Amino acid sequence: MRLDEEQFDGASKQHVLVLEAGRAERHYWRDLWAYRELFAILAWRDVAVRYKQTVIGVAWAIVRPFITMVIFTIVFSRLAGLPSESGAPYPVMVLAGMLPWFLFSSILTEASSSIVGNSNLIGKVYFPRIIIPATSAVTALVDFGINFVMLALLMAWYAFVPSWRLLLLPGFVILAVLASLGPALFITALNVKYRDFRYIIPFIVQFGLYVSPVGFSSTVVPERWRFWYSLNPIVGVIDGFRWCVIGGESALYLPGFLLSLGVVALLLWIGVAYFRRTERSFADLI
Amino acid sequence: MAGDVMIRAEGLGKKYVIGHETERERYTALRDVAARMARNVWKRAVDAARGRAIARGEATEEFWALKDVSFEVKRGEVLGIIGRNGAGKSTLLKILSRITEPTAGRVSIAGRVASLLEVGTGFHPELTGRENIYLNGAILGMSRSAIRRKFDEIVDFSGVEKFIDTPVKRYSSGMQVRLAFAVAAHLEPEILVIDEVLAVGDAEFQKKCLGKLGEVAALGARTVLFVSHNLSAVGSLCKSGLLLDRGEVLCADEARKVVARYVQSNNTLSRYERNKPALSEATLMSANVVYDLHQSPDAPQILLSLSIQAKRDMEISIGIRVKDNFGAPVGYIPIGALNQNEVIKLSRGINRVEIKNPARDFASGSYLLSVDVALPNVVYYDRVEDCLAIDIDGLSDTRLKALDQAWGWGSIVLPPSNVSVTPIRM
Repeated sequence: MRLDEEQFDGASKQHVLVLEAGRAERHYWRDLWAYRELFAILAWRDVAVRYKQTVIGVAWAIVRPFITMVIFTIVFSRLAGLPSESGAPYPVMVLAGMLPWFLFSSILTEASSSIVGNSNLIGKVYFPRIIIPATSAVTALVDFGINFVMLALLMAWYAFVPSWRLLLLPGFVILAVLASLGPALFITALNVKYRDFRYIIPFIVQFGLYVSPVGFSSTVVPERWRFWYSLNPIVGVIDGFRWCVIGGESALYLPGFLLSLGVVALLLWIGVAYFRRTERSFADLI
Repeated sequence: MAGDVMIRAEGLGKKYVIGHETERERYTALRDVAARMARNVWKRAVDAARGRAIARGEATEEFWALKDVSFEVKRGEVLGIIGRNGAGKSTLLKILSRITEPTAGRVSIAGRVASLLEVGTGFHPELTGRENIYLNGAILGMSRSAIRRKFDEIVDFSGVEKFIDTPVKRYSSGMQVRLAFAVAAHLEPEILVIDEVLAVGDAEFQKKCLGKLGEVAALGARTVLFVSHNLSAVGSLCKSGLLLDRGEVLCADEARKVVARYVQSNNTLSRYERNKPALSEATLMSANVVYDLHQSPDAPQILLSLSIQAKRDMEISIGIRVKDNFGAPVGYIPIGALNQNEVIKLSRGINRVEIKNPARDFASGSYLLSVDVALPNVVYYDRVEDCLAIDIDGLSDTRLKALDQAWGWGSIVLPPSNVSVTPIRM
């Protein structure tokens, strides 16, 4: 499909939309911008519905990471005897890693089923389809906000004072969202055609939790593996988070971080490109 | 593109590929694809080993939902699109509303399109009426400020003021439809695309919506594309019409002419075919009903053709039982049972029996016909329930002052038993 501008025979200049087979839309991003209000209202809907008529809605966002944090602290710190980073209390370090991890996993989970879950909209109205998986990032960010308050309370409990680096955290939150959206968009598009991809998500989330440095610091990874370990984009994101939150001597392993950034960019490009290529046929497949 | 042409479609086509797999499953699972690929590899290996030509892939069938459709719609025009089920009306609307992409051809659209393929798209049961107005409005392409501006009008039109802050899951289905339509009725796009949405809601509300649509059409400011099975609505609301048949444009003309053409082209209303061998003395083998306009276009006939197999030369009677859409009995056509002279004489073998009734004997509506074949007043040879369906569309326009009002109201005439006149004011 192509969005085109043509001069009208009449006096007024007007947009003429030309629909044709197999044409990439030239003004994709401008079109997306025009639909920002719909994005906002769909995101608001998802958040409102999530916390409406649920007693444990907010509690769930607290209980899940809290219990995971307690268990990880016991298993990795007490039983396995792994060290924390630059003298930060182990629970603080775990939670600082868990925040971006939960952000990633909930975006991945929610986005992958979002198109199928909104099939009534897809089949009846036009809008840039990317809006739907993108709104799941907003719901995940609301949960992230709640978790962040929890982290702040935990730091206060341990009387742990963060450094100025905490101010850079928003940048890393954006990085975490971008790192999630790449694979999320790819799997979302695949899931429209092959519904068994929804079974893959829980698997990725489950083993990803152990493959990524959530319960432990990435400093425990042997030096010669550290670079290749950063092929997992979440490694860079979590390291960045800990660098911001824990501060002190906690140093960012730069080559690994840059590698993670590259992987994030590559995945995002693949995700967006694949999504754009397939989104025009969603209505026919769903 | 000329200044006042809003939509121009050129050679529009939409192809769907129907495979045997996609027919069976609602969606593809990677597992099945993998299994099929393995099967294909095996099949090809076997074919190659036996020295045959390798069979090509999986058997798939191409289906053109739309074929070479071209038309133009001018500013302020109200175009009615009619056609049988599966004629491609909805596919056309989906292409125009950008939901799906054409396979061939192109459409140029000059203006903002709002499509109403369903009322209440995106309504969320947990949200309140107020919240759903904003949500649904945004989904249909209204800006937040436009919704805020029209909010009171929308609530007023829907008639659910009292429950506006109640979650819509507590609404009756009628209330939900009214609220949804109220939002849709206040859309102000340059081009409005409407699919069969008037089929929902109670009669009262339908009238209100048709009125609102008529208002819009009369203003001439908005271009409307309107798909409906309600031929009288198309005839009275639309200026021009487009008749689709199996994906192709059969006729594009003035709305009334297109509707008339549709009624003629659509003359085979329904058919029945017996798929078991005949066992009885006389058996109904097949039947069909056509709408016959050839003799007199002003007085159309319902022509029933029955094909009856007789085991010997014999005399039978036929009864046609008529039910309305809800299964309520509304009429009976007896042939040969009440009057000895009307008895039908069959010869051994297959006989064709034709029965004609004026269509105006039926009130507007849909009916189901059951056919009985009997030895007059003794025993049924064959009874086939609900084997044929007919649709009588009155096309009567209540605004007409000409004396054809009886058309569409059927053959029951109730004479007044007592009429009195009392002057109230002197």
